[in-house]
Formats: sequence, C-alpha cells, structure tokens
Amino acid sequence: MIELDNVSYGYRGQPLFSQLSLELAPGSFHFLTGPSGAGKTTLLRLCYADLQAQQGQVRLFGKDATRLDRDAVALTRRRIGVVHQDCQFLDHLSVAENIALPLTVSGRVAEAAANLSELLNWVGLAEQAHQLPQELSGGERQRAALARAVIMSPDFIIADEPTGNVDWEMSQRLMTLLTELNRMGKTILIATHDLNLIRTIKSGVSARVLRLRGGLLDQAGAEL
Amino acid sequence: MKLVLDLLIGDAQSDRVVPPTGIAARLTVFVAGAMAFLAVLAVALTLTAARVADAWANELAQAATLRLPVGADDALVIAALNLLETTPGIASARVLSDAEQAALLAPWLGADIGLDELPVPRLIAIVAEDQGYDAAGLRARLTGEMPTAVLDDHGRWRAPLVQAASRVRLVGWFSFLLIVAAMAAMIVLAAHASLAAHAQVIRVLRLVGARDVYIARAFVRRFTLRTGLGAIGGVIIGLLALELLPDADTAGGFLANVGFEGAGWLWPLVIPLLAAIVGFVATRAAAMARLRDQT
Ligand SMILES: Nc1ncnc2c1ncn2[C@@H]1O[C@H](COP(=O)(O)OP(=O)(O)O)[C@@H](O)[C@H]1O
Ligand SMILES: [Mg+2]
Repeated sequence: MIELDNVSYGYRGQPLFSQLSLELAPGSFHFLTGPSGAGKTTLLRLCYADLQAQQGQVRLFGKDATRLDRDAVALTRRRIGVVHQDCQFLDHLSVAENIALPLTVSGRVAEAAANLSELLNWVGLAEQAHQLPQELSGGERQRAALARAVIMSPDFIIADEPTGNVDWEMSQRLMTLLTELNRMGKTILIATHDLNLIRTIKSGVSARVLRLRGGLLDQAGAEL
Repeated sequence: MKLVLDLLIGDAQSDRVVPPTGIAARLTVFVAGAMAFLAVLAVALTLTAARVADAWANELAQAATLRLPVGADDALVIAALNLLETTPGIASARVLSDAEQAALLAPWLGADIGLDELPVPRLIAIVAEDQGYDAAGLRARLTGEMPTAVLDDHGRWRAPLVQAASRVRLVGWFSFLLIVAAMAAMIVLAAHASLAAHAQVIRVLRLVGARDVYIARAFVRRFTLRTGLGAIGGVIIGLLALELLPDADTAGGFLANVGFEGAGWLWPLVIPLLAAIVGFVATRAAAMARLRDQT
C-alpha cells in the first residue's frame, strides 16, 4: 500500500535519514517511535506526498510519488486520512465543518450530513459540533482531527503524535478508536514517543513497533 | 453559460472554506468602480468626438459658399446664381438674407448691428448633391467669368478636422485599453495579496485533498463578483456625471452632448461585463500561478 524504498531525506543538506526502507501492508498496524527530532514527522510527510524523497522512491498505492502531478497528489490524499501533529483546522469554520472538509473539497457535500452525525457520536463530539476548533480542549481537538481523517473512509490512516497534549485517559480513548479502525481493516501508522501508550495497547492488536533513531529504522521489541 | 451560472450562484459550502477577505476585497471593489467610471468617460468622450467630427465633416463637405465682393450689384448676384445652378452636382444656390448674415456675425459683433453700416460681402449658400461637384472646375470657370467671386468649399478646414477627429478617437481607445490593463494589473496584485494572506488556509485545503482548481475557484468567484459589482457602481456614477455636464446647444449639429447615443448605449452594459471577465481571467491566472508555487 505504502512503500519506502531506500529513501533519504534531510534539511539544509543535513541528512536526517538515508537508505530507509519500509513497507506497510494493507491492514497492518505500525507504531513509529523515536526521540523527538528523530524525523518521525518527516517520515510521515513523505507518506502523504507533503515532502518528496531526496533519494530513493516512495510508492503510494503502487505509484511513484515523484511522478504524481498536483491533482494526483490531491486525489491520493483523499485516500489517506491524516491526523496532523498540529491538527491543521480552519479556524473560521465550526468543528463539524472542519470534520466534513475533505468531503466538501472533493465535491461530496451531500454525503457530509449523513456521515457526520454518526462520526461525531463515535468520537464523542456531538455536543461541540457547532463550536469553533479553538474553543475545544486538546483531547477534543485530537478527536476532531481523527474524525476528519476518517470521514472519507480512507484505507490508510496516519496519526502524528495523536496523544500529545492529551491526558492519559483521553489517549487511551483515542487509541481505542484507532484499534477499532484497524479491526475494520484500515492500515494504521502512528508516530509517538510515548512508549507506555504502546505497551498498554499492544496486547489488543498485532502491532509492529518501528524505532527511528540516529537516521536508522529498526524493529523495537525487547524494551517493550 | 453553466460556468457563468456556477460562478454567480456558486456553492455556498465551498465559498465558506476561504474566510472573507478584508482590505484586498474592498480595494478590488473600489478599483473596479474607479476604473469603470473612467472607462465610461473615456468611451463617452471618444464616441462623442467621433460623432461631432463626422457631423462637421459631412456638413462641410456638402455646404460651400460663394462670396461676392462688398457692394456687389444685383446683376452680379443673378449672374452668379445662374452660373451655380447650371453647374452639375450643385443642388441649389441661395443668397443669404440680411437676417441670416446678421445671425452669422452676431457671435462676434453683437445682435444689434446694422448690416448697412458694415462693408459686408454678399454670400451665396451652395448645397451640393450627394455625389458632390467639381470644385476645381468651378473655380476655373469663376476665374474666367467672375474674377471677383471667391468660392469657399471649406476644404481647408475639412482635412485637418477629420484628421484631428481620428487622432482623438485613437487617443480615446488607447486610454480605454490602458484603463482595462491597469484594472487587470491591480486585480492581479489584490489577488496575490489575498492568496498570500490565506497561505495557511490554502495549506490546510491542500492537505485534505483539495485540487488547485477548487481553491482557485473560491478566490476567482469572489474577485469576479467584486469587479463586476464595483464596475456596475462605477458605470452608474459615470453616467450620472455625464448627466451633470452642461447641455451643449446641439442646434446645427455643431456641438453635441457628451454621452451615449443609439448603439453606443451598449457600452455602459458592456463595461461591467468586461470588468468581470478581466477580473475572472486575472484572478484565475494569479491563483493558478501562485498555487503551483505553494505546497
Ligand atoms: N521544515 C523544516 N526545515 C528545517 N528543519 C526541519 C524542518 N522540519 C523539521 N526539521 C528538523 O528535522 C528534524 C526532524 O524533525 P521531525 O521530523 O519533526 O522530527 P520528530 O517528528 O521525530 O520530532 C528536527 O531536527 C527538525 O528541527
Ligand atoms: Mg513530530
């Protein structure tokens, strides 16, 4: 579904990682861990064509990401639900409108109403639907972001630190939502530096834990 | 047509994704209004100049005068009339009455002059047939038979007048083009400013899978409507301003009111439409160019 083949990326000539390979099979559940600044966000951005590999190849749904034109990038992103580290809401739209935004911009406004109430209930934001995003608590924002990520029923869901700024109980709830999605057959990739979180959830799903450190990606196991 | 309808009605939801713009929006309305105002005046002046010049040139082409010396006797006048009436291409010839001659001089000498006291030549008004007459031949004949008579066919006036009129027309249309170009440039600047102010909104829209045309449309729709509405306002004010210009004395077709006549009235309708089209094209080009540079 998503393949990284000997990918290198760095900022200002400084390589962050090089020759990194990764394959995310359909239906798999991956955690990406590593210290802050290791390049987790950068790696995720490569997966939804927000960045282009400087070397090597990223294949999204079988297509070389560098060969996608701007329209193709847009269409590819509709198939990937992303919970961004900083949520990325439009501040002048209500929570409900923000969640429905992917449908709106794909011209599927009519479907929004039907899916929306169900989704709002699922993430527990029915009450807050008409508030503005900046009026929500950290946990509510993360759940709204998750709702927006899944409203297009994407096969692939990426979450970047979805439990940052969120208390323990709320992060448990978010993780439960993500494992539910995985049981529905979605492919999940979650970046987090919170190992405790991984430990509590690992028993519930068959997740692989990848660790990015010093420019290298390896399987973590022993310390979990 | 569908495109125009889409543009006017739009889809409310897609319109909401870009927050209403502040200063760039109001500037666009103002610029479109001001430019439409100037465009109305430029077109009105150009059309009027063309109309007046045409009228003058036509009038001068058909009318000529034969001037007989001061104190010419009736025999000479009758001989002159005979000569003129037998010239092919001349429809009629008529001696101007004293009252008519006094009216011609009134602007210069006042209304209450006595013609008797002045050494005024006798004037014969000549009206040519449409195809005209042979002025050079007539002049040669007069030199032979009536050396004191002078034919004035206004040829000296006509050529420079027609030339001046065509220059005025050229300058007028050039001003109009400049106005349209200046408006396009200002709209491009405003669109760029608006797109820059909304960089973060555009980024979010791209992240959730919006195509460039979708994002561009939200901006293009606004700018097109604004330029169209601004231009309608400018045209209305321009027409009011033309109404306020003093009425010229149009008798004799020598002067004309600055304004629109007949088919010229299409222009006040065309200008807002043209402004909207310019707004559409300029914003779309600006938006697509800018989006291509933004991730
Ligand atoms: N746009 C950028 N320009 C320059 N440096 C960046 C940029 N984004 C990230 N970095 C740097 O790259 C490194 C990795 O960042 P990031 O991928 O966000 O790591 P993580 O998500 O693991 O904390 C950090 O040192 C960060 O400062
Ligand atoms: Mg990060």
